[in-house]
Amino acid sequence: MKERMILDVSRLPLHATGTASPTWWGTCAFMLIEGSGFGLVIAIYLYLMSLAPHWPIDAPPADLWAGTSLTAMLLASVVPNIWVSRWAQQRNLKKVRLGLVLMSFCGMAPLVFRAFEFPALHVRWDDSAYGSITWTILGLHTVHILTDLVDTLVLACLMFSRHGDNARRYGDVEDNALYWHFVVITWLPLYACIYWVPRL
Amino acid sequence: MTIEPGRSAATDAGPNEAELERRLTQTWSSQRGFWGAVASVDHKVIARRYIVTALVFLALGGLLALAMRIQLARPEARFIDADRYNQIFTMHGSNMMFLFAVPVMEAMAVYLVPLMVGTRNIAFPRLNAFSYWIFLAGGLLLWISFALDTAPDVGWFAYAPLSGPEYGAGKRADIWAQMITFTELSALAIAVEIVVTVLKQRAPGMSLDRIPLLVWSMLVMASLVIMAMPAIMFASSTLIMDRLVGTQFYNPAEGGDALLWQHLFWFFGHPEVYIIFLPAVGMVSTILPTFVRRPIFGYLPLVMALIATGVLAFGLWVHHMFVVGLPRLGESFFTASSMAIAIPAGIQIFCWLATLWAGRPVFKVPLLFLIGFIVTFVIGGLTGVMVASVPFDSQVHDTYFVVAHFHYVLIGGAVFPLIAAIYYWFPKMTGRMMSERLGRWAFWLIFIGFHVTFFPMHILGLQGMPRRIYTYQPDLPWGTLNLFVSLSSVVLSLGFLIFFIDIIRSWSSGRPAGENPWNASTLEWATGSPPPPYNFRAIPVVDTRDPLWSQPDELPVTSGLRSDRRELLISSVVEALPEARESSPQDSVWPFWAAIATSIMLIWSIFSPWAIVWGSVPIAVTLIGWFWPKGAAEDES
Repeated sequence: MKERMILDVSRLPLHATGTASPTWWGTCAFMLIEGSGFGLVIAIYLYLMSLAPHWPIDAPPADLWAGTSLTAMLLASVVPNIWVSRWAQQRNLKKVRLGLVLMSFCGMAPLVFRAFEFPALHVRWDDSAYGSITWTILGLHTVHILTDLVDTLVLACLMFSRHGDNARRYGDVEDNALYWHFVVITWLPLYACIYWVPRL
Repeated sequence: MTIEPGRSAATDAGPNEAELERRLTQTWSSQRGFWGAVASVDHKVIARRYIVTALVFLALGGLLALAMRIQLARPEARFIDADRYNQIFTMHGSNMMFLFAVPVMEAMAVYLVPLMVGTRNIAFPRLNAFSYWIFLAGGLLLWISFALDTAPDVGWFAYAPLSGPEYGAGKRADIWAQMITFTELSALAIAVEIVVTVLKQRAPGMSLDRIPLLVWSMLVMASLVIMAMPAIMFASSTLIMDRLVGTQFYNPAEGGDALLWQHLFWFFGHPEVYIIFLPAVGMVSTILPTFVRRPIFGYLPLVMALIATGVLAFGLWVHHMFVVGLPRLGESFFTASSMAIAIPAGIQIFCWLATLWAGRPVFKVPLLFLIGFIVTFVIGGLTGVMVASVPFDSQVHDTYFVVAHFHYVLIGGAVFPLIAAIYYWFPKMTGRMMSERLGRWAFWLIFIGFHVTFFPMHILGLQGMPRRIYTYQPDLPWGTLNLFVSLSSVVLSLGFLIFFIDIIRSWSSGRPAGENPWNASTLEWATGSPPPPYNFRAIPVVDTRDPLWSQPDELPVTSGLRSDRRELLISSVVEALPEARESSPQDSVWPFWAAIATSIMLIWSIFSPWAIVWGSVPIAVTLIGWFWPKGAAEDES
C-alpha cells in the first residue's frame, strides 16, 4: 500500500516522563494487582472474624509497640521519598544518589521492627485461622517491603555506575518512589486490621 | 509538525523504502539459532509459540475427553479405573481452562493488539517472553505429573476440604495449586502488557472511540485478569500453606472455613468465564464486518456491553454456590445479577444480527463459525438464565445439565469464535491461506458433532446423572443416551482433526495470502503477511474506525522514528496524540533464566517452605541481569 507522510515525530522527546511514560502505567497496573490482593486479604480477615465467636481466636490482641513504631517509621519515610522523587524530576544526580542511599536505610529499618511484630502477635500461624491470616498479612507486607528494598538497592548501585545519569534512570527512580508510597499506604489498613480491629 | 527528512542519525524519513526496510530488519530481527530464538522478544514470535502450545494442550485435553466418553459409553465399563478417571476429569477441566482457553485468548491479544493499534512491539516485551516460559513450565508440571500417575484428582475447582491436608494425601492437590500459580502469573504479566500497549502505544489519531472492538475486548479482559487473578493466587498459595505448614484457612475446627475456598475460587472463577468469553466476542465484532462488507452496527453499545459485562462479572460468583446454604437475600441478589448479564449479552447479539441484516454476507469459513457461535451461544445463554434461578439450579446442580450448559457457553461462546479467528488471521500470521474446502468440512463436523454430543447431556442431567462419576449401573436409564453422546463425540473429534490437519497443511503449502486477502479494514492488514519484525515500515496515522476502508489505496503515516535502535511512538491515553519516542528493549535470555529460577522456586515450594527463602535468591539475580543496562542504545534515552 502506498504511504503518505503526514506527520513528523522526530522532534518528540526521546523519553516519556511522568504519567506519559509506559513504565508509570505498568507500575500502576502492578499496584492495582497488589492492591486487589491486599484488599482481598482484608476482606478475608473480616470474613474469618465474622465467623469466629471470639476475635482474636484464643489469643490476646497483638502488642502495639513494634507495629506502631514500624508504622511511624514508614510514615516518616514518605518525606525523604518525596525528596528523591523531586530530585529525580530535576535530574540532580548527586542528590538522587544521596536520596537512594537514604531510602535504602528507610527500607531496612522497618524490617528490624517487623522481626518483633511476629512474636508480638502471641499466636502461631498454625494455631488458628486468626494466626494464619495475621501471619499471612505480615508475611505479604514483608515481601512487599523486601521487594522495594532490593529494587532501591539495585537502583542505588545503578545510579553510582556510568549508566546513572540518564533520563530513563531518573524515570525509574520516580517510579520506585511511587511504589514506596504504595508500600506505605497499603500498610495502613493492614496495621488497623492487625492491631486495632481486635480491640474494637 | 513538518516533515524534516534525515534530521537525526538514522530515522525512517531519509532513505528509500528498500534501504529503510533493510535497516529496520537489522534493528528489529532476532539472532539466528537456538539462543537467538530463546532470547527473542518479538510479540509475534512469542504469540505464535503461545498459540501453538495452547493448541497442543487443546488436542491433549480433547484426547482426555474422548477417554472419558469411551469409559461412559456403556454401564460398568472397565476402560478406566476410578482413580485414573478422577485424574482425567480434573486434568481435562484444568488443562482446558488454564492451559488452553485463557492462554490462547491472551496469545491472540499478544499477536494482534500491537498490530491493530499500529505499534512495533508490545509494551514490556521481555515480560512477555518471561510469561511464555512460565506458562510452558506450568503446563509441563501438570502433564508430567499426569504421566507419572500423580496428577491432581480433586476436580478443576479443587474444593476444600477434599483438596486439603486431611483428604488430599500426597502431592496431587499441590501440583494443581502450583500449576494455577504458574498460569496466573503468566496471565497477569500479559494483562499488564496489554493494558499499557492499548493505553500508551496506539497509532496517532486512534482515539478511544476508534479502537478496533477486538482491542477494546482485550483491554476489558486484561482489566478483569488484573482484578480477578489475585484471588486465585491467594487461594492456591493458602491451600499449599494449609497442606505444607499447617495454616488453618480452610479448617473449620480451628476457625477456618471450607466455604472460604469456594468464595475465593469463584470470585476468580466467574470473571474467568468472561476472561475467555470477552476476547471471543471481540473477535466476532471484528471479523463480522469484513464478511458482510459494512462497518459494525452499534459500535458504542458494543463497547458499553463489553465494559458492563466486565463489571457485572464480579457480582455473579455466588451463583456457583446456590446449594451450599447461603442466606436467602444473598441468593436473590445473585440471581438478579446473573440474569442481568443477559442484557449486555443480548445487546451484542442484536448488534451482530443487525450488522448481518444490513450487510451482504459472504459465507466463507470464518463467517460460518461466527453464525455457529451465535446459534450455540444463544442456547447456552438460555440455559444460563435457567440455572441462574435458585430452585432450578438446586435440581440440576452437579448434574450433566450443568456440564452441557458450560460446554455450550465455552465451546459455543469461545472456541467457535476462536476457530473463526484462526481461519481469519492465519493468513496474517503465516502468509498463507487455510483451505476453504477442509474448513467447511471442519465447520459442519464440529457444529453438528458439538450439538449432538452436548445437547443430550441436558437431558441426562434432567434425568439425574451426576457429574464426575466414572461409571453407572445398567438399571439406570442413562445407557442409550450415553452411548449416543459417545458416538457423537467421535464426529466432533473428527471435525477438530480436520481443523488441525488444515492448519499443518496450510502452514507449509497453503496458497500465498498477500497483505489483505479478506479486504478487511483494520491496521494489521496494512502490513506484510507475515508482518516483518518491525511490524510497520512507518507508523500509520488514523482518522476513522475503519482506516483501510476509508482510504483503500493510501496509508497516511508518520516519519521521524529512528531506524538504528528499537523505537516506538508513545501517545496520549484518550486522543492518541503523539507524546514521545520511547525505546523498546532488545532481545535477552534473562527472562528465560528468570522463568527457570521462578519455576524451580515454585515447584520446590510444594515440598519445603524454605524454597521461598533460598529460591528467591536466584530469581533476584536473574531479575538484576534482566534490568541492568548493557550499554545498548535501547537502554538509554
